[in-house]
Amino acid sequence: MYVYDEHDRQLARERVAQFRDQTRRALNGELEEDEFLPLRLQNGLYVQRLAPMLRICVPYGMLRSEQLRRLARITRDYDKGYAHFTTRTNIQLNWPRLEDVPDILAELADVEMHANQTSGNCIRNTTTDPFSGVQDDEVADPRPYCEIIRQWSTFHPEFAFLPRKFKVAVNASEKTDRAAIQVHDIGLQMVRNDAGDLGFRVHVGGGLGRTPMVGPVIREFLPELDLLTYLEAILRVYNRYGRRDNKFKARIKILVKALTPEGFAEKVEAEWAHIKDSPTRLTPEAVAHFQQYFTEPSYQSLENASDQLAEQRFTNREFDQWVTHNVDQHKKPGYAIVTLSLKKTGVPPGDVSDRQLEQIADLADEYSFGEARATHEQNVVLADVRQDRLFELWEKLRPLGFATANLNTLTDVICCPGGDYCALANAKSIPVAEAIQRRFDDLDYLYDLGKIDLNISGCMNACGHHHVGNIGVLGVDKKGEEFYQISLGGDSHHNARIGKILGPSFAREDMPDVIARLIDVYVEKRTEEETFLDTYQRIGMNPFKERVYA
Amino acid sequence: MPNVISADGTIRQDNWTVVARPEDGESLALPNGPCLIPVDLWLAGHEHFAGRDDIGVWFDSHQEPEHLGERANELPVVAVNFPKFSDGRGYSIARLLRERYAYRNELRAIGDVLLDQLQFMKRCGFDAYALRPDKDAAKGQDCLNFFSQSYQAATDTDLPLFRRRAS
Repeated sequence: MYVYDEHDRQLARERVAQFRDQTRRALNGELEEDEFLPLRLQNGLYVQRLAPMLRICVPYGMLRSEQLRRLARITRDYDKGYAHFTTRTNIQLNWPRLEDVPDILAELADVEMHANQTSGNCIRNTTTDPFSGVQDDEVADPRPYCEIIRQWSTFHPEFAFLPRKFKVAVNASEKTDRAAIQVHDIGLQMVRNDAGDLGFRVHVGGGLGRTPMVGPVIREFLPELDLLTYLEAILRVYNRYGRRDNKFKARIKILVKALTPEGFAEKVEAEWAHIKDSPTRLTPEAVAHFQQYFTEPSYQSLENASDQLAEQRFTNREFDQWVTHNVDQHKKPGYAIVTLSLKKTGVPPGDVSDRQLEQIADLADEYSFGEARATHEQNVVLADVRQDRLFELWEKLRPLGFATANLNTLTDVICCPGGDYCALANAKSIPVAEAIQRRFDDLDYLYDLGKIDLNISGCMNACGHHHVGNIGVLGVDKKGEEFYQISLGGDSHHNARIGKILGPSFAREDMPDVIARLIDVYVEKRTEEETFLDTYQRIGMNPFKERVYA
Repeated sequence: MPNVISADGTIRQDNWTVVARPEDGESLALPNGPCLIPVDLWLAGHEHFAGRDDIGVWFDSHQEPEHLGERANELPVVAVNFPKFSDGRGYSIARLLRERYAYRNELRAIGDVLLDQLQFMKRCGFDAYALRPDKDAAKGQDCLNFFSQSYQAATDTDLPLFRRRAS
């Protein structure tokens, strides 16, 4: 994982000093509220419904154990002892005091963390696949490129005041997309061309929110060394021509749509022609410099522990289910990828206590080379666990509440903080997630239902990614009352799709029944091998509609 | 008269005045002393204004530096207006004038120019900042130098950090 050098440390210290000065000036009235607003947002600080909210950056989801311990201490010393993993692999504190934030940022800088550009109309945290570097089907490890993008975008002088926020995601797996790149402002798919050279397929203008869109491809192959100059060309076109007159039409997707993807690509290529050989062009030495931070940990030479695991799974059914759902194949023999579920029923999805953060740190040290990864599904991954220690790890996870074997099932809900915390929300989302989790509490039934993405957002800003849920739930406000609109058929993976709205919205108390009826239709109509999404695509919306509104 | 901060943080007052765009039907009235006029009007009256060292131009944030291009160097001062400090188009205009059209003379930020954006402006090629009058120009020097180095190349440096690390 990336380690700061003297340059990064100096910039981090200077950033804290800058924000300390800005906060002081805001508190003594030298800075007006609207002048301070983008400065605090670009340091992660929102003012929310109940208190300020601080969004701490976890670059492309990677965390070291010392960072987890520091986060735990910060939640105790400055907050109420818990934190929330977000759908952009960041961590939020819900109750910090404005005047404490510079001190919190200084504590973060000590462990090479920050809250830079986690909010505001700027380039946000770049996200990627939580299985990067440990899966066997990736084109190359995307993390060095994510770090290259992080550094290029940090305090970029030209792009600090874009028309709207800007999110970049990178995916390197050929088989799947765990980073949902096609619903990002820029989605970069790592590919090799016919000559075997490494590069990126560039999607631009995807996004959720008010106008959900799957990002079209504007360049099939961008050579790896051209990454930053091309991003700079895209951002410059967007900065100059993106709409600034209407906040709801300011995202790059609206510009791409207005110009058409071809027209937008032409503008980018014309701009790029001027700057492609500028000093911003990467060098092989620079790429190699970043790659050296993402080399393999000191794996032992092991055989797969197949017999031992088979025996353990045969004798313990719950362990067997956990391995099936929460453990993935690792590229190295004898190792496995373990996902800790933060979706235990009764706990808001993605929430962890200070103690749990420390427990994750201990587990990372004991089982996974001291590293953990946040996922956009709001779970935590230990990427390098020895297979012969899986049973032992599982036994430790169970009392900690991390072993719920529900990954990728209906109850592995993606859910924003919603109206319980967020000032923007139209409706609460956490109680809806919990009611559905309680209704579907039979694991065998969940397993029989198979893979279903259920995503819940409390408003159309779509932090809960409802548009790309196989079942999406959106909180809406109807004359001061909270209602929920359902969409079906969304998909965030390689065949990314925006879901279609089922029909009129429902009251909160009806939601578990409505979901149950949708699931009944699937169970009745499916063929043996079909997932929920497959069945929906085959039979269409009507059978679901008829059942629910009957 | 606003304080004008230079890239090194020194404060001066000068007598360049910004001439607002005339209302429809009215013609451009030049004041006494040096002035900055809307760039499109300078282009339209080029034969009239060319060669004068007391007339410069200003861009509004939606205007395109391509229209002026390399003729920028005929001008003693080019200004870029920030109608609101959160309108970031002026940063791109500045970089294009400096990096694409090799503009060498003074590049001045005008309009809603605040302290906390000064270093971004400097990095994009501005070398004069007409600070909003209610802000404390004495803080300009600190704000121009919050950061001692940068990750990216921009107008101020050809050496992004990844190239400095490699050397």
